[in-house]
Amino acid sequence: MDTQTDATGRTTRARTTPGTTAPDKTMSLRDAIARYVHDGDTVCVEGFTHLIPTAAGHEIIRQGRRGLTVVRMTADIVVDQMLAADCVTTLVSSFVGNSSAGSLGELRRRVEDGRLTFEEYSHYGMVCRYLAGAQRLPFYPLRSYGGSDLPRVNGQLRKVTSPYPGPDGEPEHVYVVPPVNPDVTIVHAQRADRSGNTHVWGLTGVQAEAVYAARTAIVVVEEIVDASVVRSDPNRTLIPAHAVDAVVVCPRGAHPSFAQGYYDRDGAFYREWAHISKDPRRLAAWLDEWVYGTEDHAAYVSKLGRDHWERLAVDEALSIPVDYGRRR
Amino acid sequence: MTVPALAPTSSEVLAVVASRELAGKRTVFAGIGLPTLAASLAHLTVAPGLEVVYESGVCGAHPSHLPETIADSVLITDAEAVISMPALFGYVLQGGHIDVGFLGAAQIDRWGNLNSSVIGDWHRPDVRLPGSGGAIEVMANSREVFVVMRRHEPRSLTDALDFCTSPGPDRARADGIRPRGAGVTRVITELGLLARGGPGEELRLTAVHPGVTVDQVRAATGWELDVADGLAVIEPPTIAELRLLRDTVDPDRIYLR
Repeated sequence: MDTQTDATGRTTRARTTPGTTAPDKTMSLRDAIARYVHDGDTVCVEGFTHLIPTAAGHEIIRQGRRGLTVVRMTADIVVDQMLAADCVTTLVSSFVGNSSAGSLGELRRRVEDGRLTFEEYSHYGMVCRYLAGAQRLPFYPLRSYGGSDLPRVNGQLRKVTSPYPGPDGEPEHVYVVPPVNPDVTIVHAQRADRSGNTHVWGLTGVQAEAVYAARTAIVVVEEIVDASVVRSDPNRTLIPAHAVDAVVVCPRGAHPSFAQGYYDRDGAFYREWAHISKDPRRLAAWLDEWVYGTEDHAAYVSKLGRDHWERLAVDEALSIPVDYGRRR
Repeated sequence: MTVPALAPTSSEVLAVVASRELAGKRTVFAGIGLPTLAASLAHLTVAPGLEVVYESGVCGAHPSHLPETIADSVLITDAEAVISMPALFGYVLQGGHIDVGFLGAAQIDRWGNLNSSVIGDWHRPDVRLPGSGGAIEVMANSREVFVVMRRHEPRSLTDALDFCTSPGPDRARADGIRPRGAGVTRVITELGLLARGGPGEELRLTAVHPGVTVDQVRAATGWELDVADGLAVIEPPTIAELRLLRDTVDPDRIYLR
């Protein structure tokens, strides 16, 4: 893939794709992480059980980032790996289990030993933080948390009185959450054009909100497509180019999660992770072999091997094209 | 493959009892496992119009294979709708479209408050559990909530939660928040069925499985359990229910352990 990035990854100028004036934002994952993820940053890694940007997490580990605050609804395996690699000091999350396949061993050890700062929310609390962040609002109200112990351990969950009377004419109280504005949000998607117009289908989670909440955004995709492909179905564009700073092509970069229509979820690996992560030495050996021991995600993909990918292959299930019409 | 003569497993009993409680319901918010088995069985029996909404944003799934997770790709392909998280939690749940939410928990108390966060102190827990996910929202916004507890024992059905993750309406009201739904109305366990009508009511024992005594349930419950007048005995799974579960709903016995 022609990435056309400069060697340092720091001083690229906007280039144009032939025939258009749209800037070319493609670069390697290495360059994107080097440029947009710094020690101490607040990094949002989103993708609700689908399209989880694992390859980006691995590159953050390879580059040895430290002191990160990671924001993510469902912590998942990639967060466990970043914790084990000592990249993360604070986690902002609403679910810290290994999907339905057991525990995240490193996360549990660090929380149970008091070695990780954990800001705990519920799913909609996180969604509302992204919504407030994306819209630059001071807070966002939701009908959750009344009577929960969470506000007792998370001072960011606060109660306000509505300026309007409730349905019965009485004052109404409601909990609110503050905005989150990550330094960078990283999401994975099926495809984008070179300027960052990003097509996503299947579970779309909270990726658009997380991207708009951030100061900068990296979109990692299974494939770069011509702008004409994107423009053939503009409703499929979940994230427009104006919200994107870097476009990275990284096939199979969401493993062990999945990319709808490209490859299936690696359920066996999720189950295996419960065992790997339970033993700190086994976890360290896994990172040595699969992250530090691979030069980039292409090496990780090829190390997994053809048979492994064959097991995750899916058959075609095409949507029927819609007719946008063209004025005569 | 049908072995109706075979005695039902505890998973089958729980799924069947839960399915019967879904009679006449229209929308259910369910995770993968026993809740989806119960919903699938109810769809074939007592609630033909039942729609399952998954936490991943899938509505009206028509999976080709039994899904492994709420985000399994087989739930998306052929689905009637796949919506974003703001739409799912904001419009569907908070907008009041869910009749029954299914929740699990490590601990439940007599008012139907749930703990899925920690065992021990939150700041230095003995066991860190997965946390809320969307459970707080399911509890706050569903018309009612069903809980399936595989283990009926005093540390799970407890007098005092280690931590209240998902509060019922009574705790919400005490915090100055006007509750919307009834909270937990059914707790389905290996020993029987606990029920409550809504705010202000305790869970009480309304039915037991054949051969289970009231004393046995009381001994296994962490609070002084109230027993309903006219305590019922749960009808065991019928051959028709078992056939559907075994042949149609989960033929590979992925969840019918």
